[in-house]
Amino acid sequence: MSSALLKTRRSQLTKGRLPGYAIWVVLGTAVVLAAAVSALIGFDVLVWALIAAVFFVAGATLVTAAAEGRRKAADSLMTYLVYGAFVIALLPLLSVIWTVLERGLPGLSYDFFFTSMNGVTGATDNASAENGTPVLGGAYHAIVGTLQITLWATLVSVPIGLLAAVYLVEYGRGGALDRAITFFVDVMTGIPSIVAGLFAAALFALLFGPGTRTGFVASVALSVLMIPVVVRSTEEMLKIVPNELREASYALGVRKWRTIVKVVVPTAISGIASGVTLAIARVVGETAPILVTAGFASSINLNVFGGWMSTLPTFIYYQILTPTSPTNIDASTQRAWAAALILIIMVMLLNVVARLVARIFAPRTSR
Amino acid sequence: MSKRIDVKDLNVYYSKFLAVEDVNISIEARSVTAFIGPSGCGKSTFLRTLNRMHEVIPGAHVEGEVLLDGDDLYDPAVDPVTVRGQVGMVFQRPNPFPTMSIRDNVLAGVKLNNKRISRSDADALVEKSLRGANLWNEVKDRLGRPGSGLSGGQQQRLCIARAIAVSPQVILMDEPCSALDPISTLAIEDLINELKADYTVVIVTHNMQQAARVSDKTAFFNIAGTGKPGKLIEYADTTTIFNKPLQKSTEDYVSGRFG
Amino acid sequence: MTSVRGAQRPTSDPKGTPVATTTLTRRDAAGKSGDRVFSGAALGAGILILVVLFGVAVFLIIQALPVLGADPADITGGEGFGAYIFPIVVGTVIAAAIALLLATPLGIGVALFISHYAPRRLAMTFGYLVDLLAAIPSVVYGAWGYAVLAPRLAVVYGWLAENLGWIPLFAGPASQTGKTILTAGIVLAVMVLPIITSLSREIFLQTPTLHEEAALAMGATRLEMIRMAVLPFARAGIVSAAMLGLGRALGETMAVALVLSGGALTASLIQSGNQTIAAEIALNFPEAYGLRLSELIAAGLVLFVITLAVNIIARWIISRHREFSGAN
Repeated sequence: MSSALLKTRRSQLTKGRLPGYAIWVVLGTAVVLAAAVSALIGFDVLVWALIAAVFFVAGATLVTAAAEGRRKAADSLMTYLVYGAFVIALLPLLSVIWTVLERGLPGLSYDFFFTSMNGVTGATDNASAENGTPVLGGAYHAIVGTLQITLWATLVSVPIGLLAAVYLVEYGRGGALDRAITFFVDVMTGIPSIVAGLFAAALFALLFGPGTRTGFVASVALSVLMIPVVVRSTEEMLKIVPNELREASYALGVRKWRTIVKVVVPTAISGIASGVTLAIARVVGETAPILVTAGFASSINLNVFGGWMSTLPTFIYYQILTPTSPTNIDASTQRAWAAALILIIMVMLLNVVARLVARIFAPRTSR
Repeated sequence: MSKRIDVKDLNVYYSKFLAVEDVNISIEARSVTAFIGPSGCGKSTFLRTLNRMHEVIPGAHVEGEVLLDGDDLYDPAVDPVTVRGQVGMVFQRPNPFPTMSIRDNVLAGVKLNNKRISRSDADALVEKSLRGANLWNEVKDRLGRPGSGLSGGQQQRLCIARAIAVSPQVILMDEPCSALDPISTLAIEDLINELKADYTVVIVTHNMQQAARVSDKTAFFNIAGTGKPGKLIEYADTTTIFNKPLQKSTEDYVSGRFG
Repeated sequence: MTSVRGAQRPTSDPKGTPVATTTLTRRDAAGKSGDRVFSGAALGAGILILVVLFGVAVFLIIQALPVLGADPADITGGEGFGAYIFPIVVGTVIAAAIALLLATPLGIGVALFISHYAPRRLAMTFGYLVDLLAAIPSVVYGAWGYAVLAPRLAVVYGWLAENLGWIPLFAGPASQTGKTILTAGIVLAVMVLPIITSLSREIFLQTPTLHEEAALAMGATRLEMIRMAVLPFARAGIVSAAMLGLGRALGETMAVALVLSGGALTASLIQSGNQTIAAEIALNFPEAYGLRLSELIAAGLVLFVITLAVNIIARWIISRHREFSGAN
């Protein structure tokens, strides 16, 4: 008999709480109301969703405030805002990726990968637009340029960055010089990429005369951006190598530099490699420093030390801003988005590789 | 291949802080000597001065002499790397190199120094060292596997094998069993008894029963208070230290009245 | 064992001939020089970084110097370098300020979502998604802003000019293409969002669990717990995250160069006009020579100094925070 009574009695702990369905009622009402309002000011899915969201947050908060009190209402308002922030943050990501896929895929073809813009003029684009033939010209020269410039930037910055990190972690004793290097490495991560480009341009202008623009100048500019990233990530990785391993090596009568080269660095190598890959991913998409250091080319240039060079980012930039044919810009737009798709795939691949490297080659420890 | 150690008027400093004061001690070749004492009394610090490992810590330095068969470790012409080749060390926590196989761990001292060694010599050295560390039978079928896959006790014996593979004169052990279970501890203690035949062994331990079981002579270190330097209070045969110590504080410590 | 010092005492080798070395002093010159070469190389690399940063400043100054001696009439705009640089500095600050105003609250919200609200199992994935925003190259953002965002916003700007035109910020006529400083600011906001989010997230995750549990045990709601335990702990970190985001927004080039159709300084955010330093350089550098080149490099120097100051302040806040938080 008492158990029957208990069943009908609501728990003291759930008293004064909104039933679970209340929130769905509020949501439904908000959606319907928003539809009505957006119909009044001109219907648009985005506007509708926006108004519905506002109505829902306001309504749900008010309902909670009425039923559960102000503290609970503030808490649920915050929850909605935080979830909303995340959704808003995802919108541009989805939009960018969708746009690049939608507009880039049609332009991707074998020819796009393996032909340059050499000989492709406004007349070519006009002709293909009039005759409905496929768009000619491709990003081969830009892909080659990107690979070369990035390769040289990596060759310059990885040894410097690695050694500097080794100095900071293994040799540094917290003196003024060490603190200065750490501080300025941090500051260097904040150098605007265009300033790095100007630096390389100014340096080479002083050394080899004004207007010196080659792929290698661009590599130097990218190195300025890459070195601090390499130093920071390598530093982090070297720091988490247990001191016990260094001591074990010293106790075997092994010299410090051999300990570093053969014990410390190999133990941290997966993290270091992953950091370097991320640094490459960061600079491969840089545009501004290339613009001011490598100029622009429409044909393949295999020599990083002489002649202007294009990369994928500058190719995209010029195709959009100065279409090959001012009257038929669609051809250039298509090439730009196709190049953007390739560039994004490159960057994403590098990111994935970095994560895989970090996971797969991590030293297995039983502890 | 075993040398005696004579320490004369040794002071150890961390920068300006005097950590260990005025140690005089003579350690016989082919013997096991235990250092005991409460935490922070400087016994580990002192142990590290016997192969100059304390120099890894910035600011640490010593005054006085440590003679290895009469040769001063702190002679300005001496390279600490050479010292560590002759005086090996085993640490508190087993620390095999995670990037290396069991075999490579044993050969680490040889390979890291870039010494050339033929394959058959290397095989022989690996087997000899692992047998010396009582580990051969347990790992002979998986020498290519990572050393970090072994159990804690096996890892510690691997570290001992690694230390004896460079054929040192002296082996220092800094609380080698404190991270191990009782069974593994027993295995290490048995091993220490065997190592005595070929090496001078110095072991720091918190465990007084362990000191009583394995050592021939025992040194008791103590500290007067926080911020004061650690001192060698008494050094004698292990039986004497545990049964008839001369000093009151030694008696208090070994009988468990403090520490 | 006698008490003679090892250093002066020649030991005897087995044959009985005295030699000056002991088993401990045997020379290993190759090994030692290896140590020296390696530590020298490491130190050299460290110093090289300082030299490079110093070089950035020096070379920019050298190349910018001609601007100082030039006749004001020869400078673009004809009124000297001050009059040339001022509007684009203001434009840079406006664009960065818009980006920061939008991205900071959003970034904190997203960071809180990942650190305290999202289901534990999905939090990592969500964090990775937001990090993807940072992986997209700036030129792609520029192209996206140019082709997708600006036309959409043009509609909104038209509405703003019509209804809120009395506010100077929204004074009409609105840009038909949507390529305005506000659009540039929004694109910049998207670009600095991952910076602010990832830094704040790290700091939120470092909040001592003890404090959080203490707050929850007192019956605090999640919001109250965040206000009592998480935010006070993270305040300095959030400020420096925003400062680092600001540094990025100030120096970002491509998004602005593509999205903004620049021009003279105006108060309205929805007309074309205004320009940022970075975009000014990128747009004009390829054709520049002589004095114009020096002008642009001088502008770059100004940008360098501004971002340097912002970054130094941010780093300073972080380092101070580290000392007090005890998070390490």
